[in-house]
Order: sequence, then structure tokens, then C-alpha cells
Amino acid sequence: MSPSNTTLLSVDSLHKAFGENQVLKGIDFTVHSGEVVALIGPSGSGKTTALRCLNGLEIADSGTVGFDGGPSVSFEAKTKPKTAQVLRERSAMVFQGHHLFPHLTVLQNVTVGPIEVQKRAKDQVLAEARKLLDRVGLAAKADAYPNSLSGGQQQRVGIVRALMQQPDLLLFDEPTSALDPELVGEVLTVIKELAQEGWSMVLVTHELAFARDVADTVVFMDGGVVVETGPAAQVLSAPTNPRTQAFVQRLLHPF
Amino acid sequence: MDSNWQLLLDSLWPLAKGAITATIPLALISFIVGLVIALFIALMRISKNPVLSAIGRVYISIIRGTPLLVQLFVIFYGMPSLGITIDPWPSAIIAFSLNIGGYAAEIIRAAILSVPAGQWEAGYTLGMSRTRSLYRLILPQATRVAIPPLSNSFISLVKDTSLASTILVTEMFRKAQEITASTYEFMLLYCEAAAIYWIICLVLSALQNSVEGRLEKYVTK
Repeated sequence: MSPSNTTLLSVDSLHKAFGENQVLKGIDFTVHSGEVVALIGPSGSGKTTALRCLNGLEIADSGTVGFDGGPSVSFEAKTKPKTAQVLRERSAMVFQGHHLFPHLTVLQNVTVGPIEVQKRAKDQVLAEARKLLDRVGLAAKADAYPNSLSGGQQQRVGIVRALMQQPDLLLFDEPTSALDPELVGEVLTVIKELAQEGWSMVLVTHELAFARDVADTVVFMDGGVVVETGPAAQVLSAPTNPRTQAFVQRLLHPF
Repeated sequence: MDSNWQLLLDSLWPLAKGAITATIPLALISFIVGLVIALFIALMRISKNPVLSAIGRVYISIIRGTPLLVQLFVIFYGMPSLGITIDPWPSAIIAFSLNIGGYAAEIIRAAILSVPAGQWEAGYTLGMSRTRSLYRLILPQATRVAIPPLSNSFISLVKDTSLASTILVTEMFRKAQEITASTYEFMLLYCEAAAIYWIICLVLSALQNSVEGRLEKYVTK
């Protein structure tokens, strides 16, 4: 499904410093409805920090993160975490380390938010959860505890947990970086299917081949700024900026 | 020798009664109240608010830096000079609770900090508040870590309740002292009391094991 022209999320001039270290020096990009945006760049380029700002997990020093039709948060140094948490009404996060709750079963993990926080009808939530678990091939694991699952299975549960929030935008923070290589594929397959279904997502990833395959737009960050933005095929196959060229070369030919 | 056996048997019920009506309830009530105090002190210690954190630190420092016996005496014998007279039982409960509050606060703090920060964040992204994340996600996981050291504190407390004998609470040890006052059988009575303390602690250790086992169910073996 190709993205629409409707803007879903606008990110304007995000700045963020950790102490002396200026991590974001003015980040701008846009996500359209149904668009898959891949944030790529070297380690320390600020892409994960930028992603966390979109969900209010990190409070930017300045800049704006705004959903079309709200909510919108204009960050300043005094912004309280409470102010930024409205962003979570429309976005959901999949973490690098999945962060499943080890003391809850798989089914409880994916339903605790909808039932206890969103206060949705329990029966419907449970039915929806079982359907989504079945979709990612984990129906049989509903009553298992996360620690008995493989890394790939855990991350698929993490994705279902995010989907259960019924967000308009999915945020992925290096969803396969903590996985054994042979488990990467099963997670990427799920993400690709979601992309094809028309989910809007922002994806921080090191998997360039995957980004080229799935992303509509690639945002290349380096040193806290957006160096190059454009259609995935163009930025990853024929980058114009020398820094992007060097980065892509390095990842494609590491030796 | 016969009379010794007789005394042992005769004193068994008075001592057991002291344990059931005083030692155990005293320990249990103080521990529960102490845990509530400890949770708040631990949260103050963890808090980013420097004033709250400092209050927590000073509290723990005072409790840990002074003998329990002195704490008991200050409350029971000292407070009356400030016009506050407290009966033996409430005095004992107050002193033991405050004491557990200080020691268990460090255990709870360490247990909370042992839960990865990502667990809080995952809760936040589901729309949970700090408080809900704490009791729904963090504390259940922290409990698993805290059970062994908290059991230790509780077992210590059971034995420390013998100090309440010094402020006129007739718990098991005071009962033993009373019996020795008329029989002069110090060795026999004190060893009998010791044995009963030991048995209580054996039961508590078994209890600890079973609770630990229940909480381990989600951890891969």
C-alpha cells in the first residue's frame, strides 16, 4: 500500500542535549498516513533519541512533535514528562530489548494496557489479543511466560502488545538488533506484513536491505542532524550526500 | 532429673502462650507496619526530589546507627518526659516498626532498582502512570528479589522482640524470666525459650522457601 498525502506526524526542529553532549541539533521529518519511515545512521547519530522523543519517553529541549488532529507537544526545557505523555495516545513503541513483563503471561502482557489503562471491554480485548497472537504464530504461547520464549517470539509478542494499543503510528527502536541472526527474519516478516497492510511506522534500523524493501522514505541522520531524506530506493541505492554514501558503503561492505 | 522434666513440661505451655499471644503478633504487626514505612522511605530515597531523598537518607542513617534497645528505651522511658506516655505494647510496636522501616527500606530500594528501567518505560508507553507502573509492574518483580533479605529481617525481628521484655511486655522471654524467678532453673528455661525461638524460625524459613518457589514460576529454569 502506498502512503497517502495526508500528514500524520510532523517533527519540527527537535533539539536535545544530554549534559554537554548535543544529541539532536534540529531534526525535521514528516510521516504521512500509511507511510513507513526508516531512520538510519551511525551509532550515536541520535536516531533512537529522536524516536523516543516521538513517544514522550525522552523530553526534547526544544522543537515540536505533532499529530495531525492532535495531540501536539511543543517541547521546552521545563516540559514535564506528564505533558509529553499525550503522544502515547496515538503511537506505540516496540523496544530493542522487547521489555515484556516477565511476571505476566504473554496474554496478560498484551492486554494489560487495553484492559487496565484504556478500560476497553475485557472480552473484546482478549478476543482481539488471541487473534493477533495467532497472526504472529504464537496462539499456543498465550499462557506462557515471556522468559520461556525465544528472542524472536518475545519480539513478536512486543509487536502484538504495541498493536493492541490501537495506535495510529508504530514506533520501532532497532527491533532486531538484540536478536540472534537466525531469529531476525521472523520479526522482520511480521513488520513487513504490517507495512503492507498500511500501518504507519517509524523504524530505527540497521538492516539496510530491509529498509530498502519495506520503507517508503529513508531519513539518514548523522551527528544529530538529518543529512538526507528521500525515497528509500534512492537514498540507499544512489545517495547524494557523501556522508550517506560512506555509511551505506560501510554497511554493505563491512570488510 | 524427674523434676527437671516436669518443669520443662510445665513451663512449655506458659512459654508457648507467650509466643502465640505476644512474640508472634508483635513481630507480625511490627513487620507489616514496618514494610509500609519502608516502602515510603525507599521511594523517597529513589525520588529525584533532593529534599525527599535527604529525609529518607537521614531516617535510614538514624535507625541503622542506633541500637534497637536504645530506640525502645527512648520511646517507652524517654517520651514521658515530653509529656507523651505510651503503653508497653504500642511502644514496642512503634519501635520495632520504625526499626524495620529503616532496614527494609534499603532492601526495597535495592529491589526496585534491580528491575530494569525498560520495565518502567514499557509501562509508560502503555499509558500507565508512575504509580500504576510501580504497583503493577515493578513491585511484583522487585518482590522476588526482596523476599530472601526481607525474610532475614523478619526472622531477626522475631528474636529481637525479646528486647520488649525490658519495657514490660510479657512476651515469651519475659515469661521465661518470670518462671526462673521462682525456680532458679536458668539454664533449663532459657534453653527452652531458645528452642521455641528456633522452631518458630524453622517454620518461617520453610515459609520463605515456599513463597520463593511460587514467585520463581516465571523465571526460566
